[in-house]
Amino acid sequence: MQTPTTHPAISPFLGRFTLESLPLHEPIVVATFVAVAIGGAALLAALTYFKLWGYLWKEWFTTVDHKRIGIMYMILGIIMLLRGFSDAIMMRLQQAWAFGGSEGYLNAHHYDQVFTAHGVIMIFFVAMPIVTGLMNYVVPLQIGARDVSFPFLNNFSFWMTAGGAVTVMMSLFVGEFAQTGWLAMPPLSGIGFSPGVGVDYYIWSLQIAGVGTLLSGVNLIATIVKLRAPGMTMMKMPIFCWTALCTNILIVAAFPVLTAVLALLSLDRYVDTAFFTNTLGGNPMMYVNLIWIWGHPEVYILILPMFGVFSEVTSTFSGKRLFGYTSMVYATLVITVLAYLVWLHHFFTMGSGASVNSFFGITTMIISIPTGAKIFNWLFTMYRGRVRFELPMMWTIAFMITFTLGGMTGVLLAVPPADFVLHNSLFLVAHFHNVIIGGVLFGAFAAINYWWPKAFGFKLDVWWGKLSFWLWVSGFYFAFMPLYVLGLMGVTRRLRTFDDPSYQIWFIIAGFGAFLIALGIAAMLIQFFVSIRNRKALRDVTGDPWHGRTLEWATSSPPPDYNFAFTPVVHDGDAWADMKTRGYKRPLNGYKDIHMPSNTGAGVILGALSVAFGVGMIWYVWWLAALSFVGIIGVAIVHTFNYKRDYYIPAAEVTRQEEAHTASLAGVTA
Amino acid sequence: MIRAASAAVPALFLGGCQMVVMNPAGDIALQQRNLVIFATVLMLLIVIPVIALVGLFAWRYRESNKEARYEPDWDHSTQLELVIWAAPLLIVICLGAVTWTGTHLLDPYRPIGRIDRDRPVPANAKPLEVQVVALDWKWLFIYPEYGFATVNELAAPVDRPIRFRLTSSSVMNAFYVPTLAGMIYTMPSMETKLHAVINKPGDYAGFSSNYSGAGFSGMRFRFYGMDDAGFAAWVARNRAAGGTLSRANYMKLEKPTEKVPVMRFASVAPGLFDAVVNQCVRPGTTCMSDMMGHDAAGMKHMPGKGMPAQAKPEEALTGGDAGEAPPKNPTDVQQRSNASPSNPSTL
Repeated sequence: MQTPTTHPAISPFLGRFTLESLPLHEPIVVATFVAVAIGGAALLAALTYFKLWGYLWKEWFTTVDHKRIGIMYMILGIIMLLRGFSDAIMMRLQQAWAFGGSEGYLNAHHYDQVFTAHGVIMIFFVAMPIVTGLMNYVVPLQIGARDVSFPFLNNFSFWMTAGGAVTVMMSLFVGEFAQTGWLAMPPLSGIGFSPGVGVDYYIWSLQIAGVGTLLSGVNLIATIVKLRAPGMTMMKMPIFCWTALCTNILIVAAFPVLTAVLALLSLDRYVDTAFFTNTLGGNPMMYVNLIWIWGHPEVYILILPMFGVFSEVTSTFSGKRLFGYTSMVYATLVITVLAYLVWLHHFFTMGSGASVNSFFGITTMIISIPTGAKIFNWLFTMYRGRVRFELPMMWTIAFMITFTLGGMTGVLLAVPPADFVLHNSLFLVAHFHNVIIGGVLFGAFAAINYWWPKAFGFKLDVWWGKLSFWLWVSGFYFAFMPLYVLGLMGVTRRLRTFDDPSYQIWFIIAGFGAFLIALGIAAMLIQFFVSIRNRKALRDVTGDPWHGRTLEWATSSPPPDYNFAFTPVVHDGDAWADMKTRGYKRPLNGYKDIHMPSNTGAGVILGALSVAFGVGMIWYVWWLAALSFVGIIGVAIVHTFNYKRDYYIPAAEVTRQEEAHTASLAGVTA
Repeated sequence: MIRAASAAVPALFLGGCQMVVMNPAGDIALQQRNLVIFATVLMLLIVIPVIALVGLFAWRYRESNKEARYEPDWDHSTQLELVIWAAPLLIVICLGAVTWTGTHLLDPYRPIGRIDRDRPVPANAKPLEVQVVALDWKWLFIYPEYGFATVNELAAPVDRPIRFRLTSSSVMNAFYVPTLAGMIYTMPSMETKLHAVINKPGDYAGFSSNYSGAGFSGMRFRFYGMDDAGFAAWVARNRAAGGTLSRANYMKLEKPTEKVPVMRFASVAPGLFDAVVNQCVRPGTTCMSDMMGHDAAGMKHMPGKGMPAQAKPEEALTGGDAGEAPPKNPTDVQQRSNASPSNPSTL
């Protein structure tokens, strides 16, 4: 059964695709497909009817503006959140149902795909786009830059990430997704035990998206290092930029490991090499080590920018400078380095010696020291402040409580003998949802509520925002506290059916929590909708609705394409707060032409060709893979001959936009 | 302190449900439980004040409270920062020391030194060896001392040290009996070890705690702690069951099956476990342990990739091969290679 020749004949035209690859026998998938098809057709029809295609293409898809790309990343993350959450609620339903001999409603083939897809989508296509989108939007504004260092690369990165997401979504309706768990550990993910297209969908979606992630990491590092406004030394940089810098360093150092390990797995699957096989000298442990050498920094890639968000929010809504800026910076740097020294704690139970386990257990605990210092710094930022309980601050306080609990269970799991009894249990599942929901998602929601007025010029509706907040927070506790209990009852994860009836009540409570979270997501979407409808009433014309402290609040909302008519000069860490206290006056004349990068469709085309290449590789449609690969190279070369790369915004246009802002500011003060 | 806390905490708020991890019947699991409680209590020393301070500061310094001091530019205090860094550091030093000793004492590879808190292992005690093979998707337990093997049923006499040697036939699993001791992975072509002891007679749950494919959920077995007489009777029952786990029968058994009832084999082919570890059960394959010699000899003989490169017996293991309880009918047998979506699914 390890021989890869068990497939039916591979057609030269369609590869291994046949009509039987369509999951027509899975009623749930068919119903989903019908719903998606109807919704998609309605959307396309609406876009056509309202003649929005040209607008979308010119203003959004081909844009090189970091603000618009950031917003597109956020939209991608939120759309994929809906998919990832659907998977979550399907699991909660199955596990609450499948007791007393019942098989539930999902067979193993479907259920195993659901939990794999949930993990992959939530990490790679929800959390990563949201984090990247935030950094993209906020960093250039905070450092007083026009754009990122490489605007086209930014557009290309987005479309590669989107291409990876498209590939994952395709697996829902054409073929299957991996049934291996989200890290696709061999030998299970090898061709012998996973002969279908599922693992290939996994590999190629991550490889395509990985290109985008890596390049956007390079781009943001260059931006932060090279494009800071005059006077903004490293130690005067907003803390969010520091966390973004560290995150991108982690990305650039860690993602190539993921690319390499997936490439080795591909070689095992496609050309019969033996890197991770059971025999012929292959060693699956090598995969386990490599994937976690990427995987552990990955969790800091997700959480560090959110630490930055919480720092900005706490400082702004306490009306006070951030307590311990310097120690915050060093704490972030220490976490960045230590992130590489703890990976083995993910597999204490795989037979390492006691000294090795102790070493990695203790390095893991050491990470809690800078993290703890950060929590204290936020605490003492509130201390002797004037705390305003706006939505971003509410999310931050919920984070501080929730994340402290999640951190505690994390340190507990870092004690190897404790991990021996809790590893792979629902306790572990509860722990990482505790830190990822309590940290990354709460951070994302704080950030969305905080920067939305900057991005769109109006605040988000508070009533629906608070409803969403309470539903999310209570839903989280209902959904995951029972999993801690179940873990202590010895229940392992990824189970589809259960024998012991005493577990069931806890799964039902957890299911109720997931239902509350579903309402929380709905309330958030309604919040967006209601706010857009009431945008006139919620309008902010000042550009600085929260009494912000950093440079993004110094320009209008939404900021003009060029961000700042004049590059700001920085004298203090909280540059904008400093400018306000010194009685800064906006210059009202002397505008010059502004040099800007031009839009280009090359990113979209390269992303689409990459998806085609991935599909060709997944289905063994070699001609498609070859053609699209040649296409990718060709388009890249042709793009280098595109000399229409830049243009000037004439001074007259800058004057017009700045005077409009002056007028609206005057309207406020009058 | 550990003991006091370990008695109080479960009784306090974990009493309601059967938390086997918090209330195990084996000494190793008990010590691991104690460490869980110790670490938790130690961390609560800092976690509770932090959470309380979040609430306190958020309330006291709320915008509407004009009584509270407001110092918008106060952002540094060397003493406070020393405390901020030192407090978690002290906790980690303490926890790190316990981790270092605990990890070494409870290393699954280390033979146990005590039966329970009050009794050391007698000098002449010979541990019960059990060889564990995780198959798709069932557990094979070989008792070399007694010469028999069982599927999905494990037993051990109370208070006798047990020494597990573990491996896997195809993909990774993890062997976990929560009441007995922490888990350890079972991995193909690798061998892991686990030392433990069961202190109370009883019927306990065991399972795989690492996802291994379609039949993973049904990969459960019972573990019985038995008094000496009970264990002797169980041994006798297995020996009387008839059936032989020959290499050929092993290769039938190894085929993927789900929710397999208990099976018993009165005798086992010699060296079977080592052959499984070295991927050379099938006659004619080279054991991995011998592979280096072959390589050195100029790679004259290279076996196929993996075991079943050539045809192998197709018929499933029948009742005639095993002593008791034949596997369920062949429709339950889901071959991994058939697990493609073209396979009509069964809800």
